[in-house]
Amino acid sequence: MTFSREELLICAIARMLEGCRNIAVGAVSPIPGSAALLVQALSNGKSRASILGSNVHNPFNDGGPELFDRAGQGRVDAFFLGGGQIDGEGNINLVSAGPYPKPDTRFPGSFGSAYLYFTVPRVILFREEHSRRVLVDKVDFISAPGWSPPGVHRPGGPYALITSLCIFMYDPIRHRFRLDGLLPGCTLEEVYDNTAFEFDCPDVVDLVPNPETDRVQIIRDRIAGEIAETYPQFARTRLNWEG
Amino acid sequence: MTAQNIYLSLEDLASRIPNGALIGVPKGDSGVAMEISRALIRRKAKKLRLLTVPVSSIQADMLIGAGCVTEIETSGVSMGEYGYAPNFRNAVEEGKIIIRDATCPALYGELQASEKGIPFIPLRGILGSDVLANRDDWKTIDNPISEGVSDPIVLLPAVRPDIALFHARYGDHHGNIWVGSRRECVLLSHASSKTFASVEEIWDGNLMEDERMVAGTIPPVYVDAVTHVPNGAWPLSLPGVYENDDDHLRTYIRAAKTKEGFTAYLDTHVFNKQAAA
Repeated sequence: MTFSREELLICAIARMLEGCRNIAVGAVSPIPGSAALLVQALSNGKSRASILGSNVHNPFNDGGPELFDRAGQGRVDAFFLGGGQIDGEGNINLVSAGPYPKPDTRFPGSFGSAYLYFTVPRVILFREEHSRRVLVDKVDFISAPGWSPPGVHRPGGPYALITSLCIFMYDPIRHRFRLDGLLPGCTLEEVYDNTAFEFDCPDVVDLVPNPETDRVQIIRDRIAGEIAETYPQFARTRLNWEG
Repeated sequence: MTAQNIYLSLEDLASRIPNGALIGVPKGDSGVAMEISRALIRRKAKKLRLLTVPVSSIQADMLIGAGCVTEIETSGVSMGEYGYAPNFRNAVEEGKIIIRDATCPALYGELQASEKGIPFIPLRGILGSDVLANRDDWKTIDNPISEGVSDPIVLLPAVRPDIALFHARYGDHHGNIWVGSRRECVLLSHASSKTFASVEEIWDGNLMEDERMVAGTIPPVYVDAVTHVPNGAWPLSLPGVYENDDDHLRTYIRAAKTKEGFTAYLDTHVFNKQAAA
């Protein structure tokens, strides 16, 4: 079975979410959202996906604060964040590049990151652009730090970083990323050329596994339509949804 | 008793939002008072301070671009799937507005403290971020409850907007408005000195007397001015009634990327001028 890069990424993220009961997805996150819906579809009712902006795939009804309150209670298992800049310690910057507060480039803002990075155990960083301007040595503004000193209440933090070239896993002890797998067609040299931070690299780098055939079929038959409710443009242009 | 007198014309309601007011506005899918925002631009409102609950999109971008805003406290201004918010981005990069960066639950927290009438509220997280480093009004203390164990935690001050401003699905002739599950609008209303709202439809009856509606209703003790404006959230969605106008939002972003384009957009869609011959 042939598959698209989107289908590969959705299945790779879904593997990271296995066993998570409550999966929340924030703004502008169609691929993580599709992965969360796939896990929900496969889980036989055990996993629940909460897609911000969805009227259907949202098990909450008490308004904007509810997701954050649940995360504070430890009742959100996985969440996704991106960033205009991400550095090798897992610090993320959703605010601006250049000096603050009058920067060279302003990004939208920190959203819930400064809180959810602390409270959600498995935060998956997802940023398709893999370049030296995004994966920087040190972020210009810390929207949320990758790690905290001892004594800071912090059940949450980064789990993995997924880009269009590869997947890194985060080492919470050493505060560093370790290259875990390359996407098909990408080389180790490309990853080094386009990453401005240092990372650990095993002697033999695996490829990210191909998506499971049955799961690709579920994405096409069901998930594309489900994510289209929140992200119609994404579903049409990148999942070939024809609804 | 009826409360007809709180119903105003659109332009009259907009004229009662004073220059310099701190205005709380909800996120894009919570019922955004877009028609009132256009009326604010028409009346050339100045020096407004926006508190986004907790984020904003075209509303903040358009008010900033039209020169109505001097300050914004926000967790993010973005056009979401459509792209970045051009006027917000430009105004911050040029230093034209004061930006107070926050994080979503902190904005809810500041309003929850105001709602309860307490001076501050604690919140987990945020420690070690530059969000916190740039907020002189947010304090870090050692948790006084966990005696003997160091546990730093952030305190947020109560923030009381002068005006809560949003678009609700229903208003009735008794002064009630109904926001359904948009509880952030209830919070914003409770926390603010006044609530001004546009309503999509008039509910025939008393929302407070209908057991199915009462939980989503904001009663008249909070509501100061209402205007009946069908399509009042356009081009944003009003859940259950209409969706985002995708084509228009794309048109807006394209236009707002240049000064000339944005001026022409305002002429057509806000000032309702005919295109020049």
